[in-house]
Amino acid sequence: MTEAPVRAATPPVSDVDPFSDEHLLNPEPLHQALREAGPVVYLSHYDVHALARYEQVHAALVDWQHFESGSGVGLANFRHEEPWRPPSLLLEADPPRHDAPRHVLRNILAPPALRRLQAAWSAVAEELVDEVLAQGPEFNAFTALAEAFPLRAFPDAVGIGPEGRENLLPYGNMAFNAFGPRNDLVAADADRAGDLSAWVNAQCAREALTEDGFGADIWAAADRGDLTYEQAPLVVRSLLTAGVDTTVHALSACLYAFATHPEKWQRLRERPELARVAFEEAMRWQSPVQTFFRTATTDVNVAGSVVPEGSKILMFLGAANRDPVRWSEPDRFDLTRDPSGHVGFGMGLHQCVGQHVARLEAEALLTALARRVESFELTGTPRRHANNTLRAWESLPVRVRPSA
Amino acid sequence: MVGTNVVADADPGTGEGRPGPEKAANAVTLTVTNKQQLAEGVVSVTLARPDGGRLPDWTPGSHIDLVLPDGTVRQYSLCGDRWDAHTYRIAVLREPAGRGGSAYVHDRLRAGDRVGVGGPRNHFPLAPSESYVFIAGGIGITPLLPMVRQAELLGADWQLLYGGRSRASMAFRDELVAAYGERVHVVPQDELGLLDLNACLGTPRADTKVYCCGPAPLLAAVEDACASWAPYALRTERFTAGDQAAPVRDGAFEVELRRSGRAVTVTPGISVLEAVRVAGVDVLSSCEQGTCGTCLTPVLDGQPDHRDSILTDHQRAANDCMFVCVSRSCGDRLVLDL
Repeated sequence: MTEAPVRAATPPVSDVDPFSDEHLLNPEPLHQALREAGPVVYLSHYDVHALARYEQVHAALVDWQHFESGSGVGLANFRHEEPWRPPSLLLEADPPRHDAPRHVLRNILAPPALRRLQAAWSAVAEELVDEVLAQGPEFNAFTALAEAFPLRAFPDAVGIGPEGRENLLPYGNMAFNAFGPRNDLVAADADRAGDLSAWVNAQCAREALTEDGFGADIWAAADRGDLTYEQAPLVVRSLLTAGVDTTVHALSACLYAFATHPEKWQRLRERPELARVAFEEAMRWQSPVQTFFRTATTDVNVAGSVVPEGSKILMFLGAANRDPVRWSEPDRFDLTRDPSGHVGFGMGLHQCVGQHVARLEAEALLTALARRVESFELTGTPRRHANNTLRAWESLPVRVRPSA
Repeated sequence: MVGTNVVADADPGTGEGRPGPEKAANAVTLTVTNKQQLAEGVVSVTLARPDGGRLPDWTPGSHIDLVLPDGTVRQYSLCGDRWDAHTYRIAVLREPAGRGGSAYVHDRLRAGDRVGVGGPRNHFPLAPSESYVFIAGGIGITPLLPMVRQAELLGADWQLLYGGRSRASMAFRDELVAAYGERVHVVPQDELGLLDLNACLGTPRADTKVYCCGPAPLLAAVEDACASWAPYALRTERFTAGDQAAPVRDGAFEVELRRSGRAVTVTPGISVLEAVRVAGVDVLSSCEQGTCGTCLTPVLDGQPDHRDSILTDHQRAANDCMFVCVSRSCGDRLVLDL
């Protein structure tokens, strides 16, 4: 990415609405069309430039100097529009203000700090799998496992109280819808947005948090002066917003992958250490977070086209993760490929700060399942859930055969 | 973190399983694109990728490992512009008493040379504050230079006290004064004596953080002057490992390497790092003086006797990691995730 040259090509124009139900529920055909249309495509419906090829998405993700986040990582441009809530200090911030919250949270969520959770989460996963299997061989793996496990593991790790946890998933669903246009998905939450936000904000207060969780660690960082006391609750909010739904749908992606690829499940059972590769490959293959926006800080040249200063750029992470130029047979879920470099967690200085948490959750759940489930298969058509940002699920009906 | 008395641990030719310099620093190869005299005894070195691509992002206070062609590894603070994603800039003081790294940079390193670079890492990050006092001694200006730019961008109130041997020896002096005027107090010792720390630190201020980098006597003086300040208000970076109290125990202790299923005895004369390597387990390391942070190792059980210059008291109390090059054990046994 460089600054604009004297002559620039006009990018192809499309009037498609990528946030319509049709494309949200089945994004791959649109992704392919956008990748094939060119390295950058102007979406007239929203007056944004779209990137769907791996090369351009990756380059935009890492180039915070030209593609800023502080004007919002959704369609709304905070230069002109009021954010629906106080902006995130991490996701919706740029250097230098981004530095301190990122530094603090990165340390709190770094692998050494997570080691204490490993044994606990393995136990939670085994307990959950036992409970689910005791109910019978057929169940909705989305609710019974993919939703249930993060809800048992993560809120305790953050340290929020037991009351009101049923608000976490609706809040996340709403927050991820809010990155898109003000469509019916956003309107559907209008009457509860205030209550959900108020509940989440209340959980971020120091007195609402246990003394041994990530939340307390964040407040302790404020005690040390590494954050301000004004920043601490917003950093806790980032955990509660970005740490639940994302993991739920990432775990769903894993379960969907194995339910539709029984031979891969056998491989995982034979070699449980494949759980981590499987999770990364599922992240690439399904891209639970499908899209994020950036804003051009100057007239930016993307593959010969000028993206004007101040305009919004829509990055299709899911499309990049299946770009045939970058990945061979990209539509295949393949445990033998090296999924390194996928942009499912983003890339660059905003790359998912909780990725090690997600990996640990996935490893715990997949390992527990591999130990107890010999095989599983779909018993019906899985249903997607439309969300403006997430590749989300509603149901994943399966039948399992428990191992002897 | 400026490269004094920090020496490469590595001899790639020994064949004893010790990592070579490239591996020790997780280094990539960069090209020296420019070398320039900044002040008496100080040169700046600009580095870029041979293909001109982006370099890893960094934040003010970060340092890189510089792996010189002769195998020595030194840590240098990044003092360039982080908005320029394509170059790193460091400034190197010639140190007659050093072990050769700075002499190599001054006398032999030339534009076009390739060097290994590890990192960047940041053990000296700029925490948010309404107001800052930056105190630099000599080449200790390097990590503070990006910090003052950042403080300015953030709209913070800040002052820089910059002491040095003589005006001519003080790198970045003119550009700092030109850019920031009265916020910068340049105090050459041969003209004005030592920095007047009491005038500026005598009264603790709750809204102010103090960042200091420089030689040990300056750090000690600043620590004294800040004795009555709130905990964590003062943040320092040392040129070399801090003075340490005697080890907690003087006898041998056991170290279990849980992942590899091995155990070793660490006798008083050797480091945990050496013992672990003798047991056949590779650990990346660089300075072996507890200042660079390369050999961070997760601790699963036991209480380390922390002897590094990196971890804060809080991080030490967490007992979950240690720098095995210098830190030891308080008890009979440590369990490491190796």
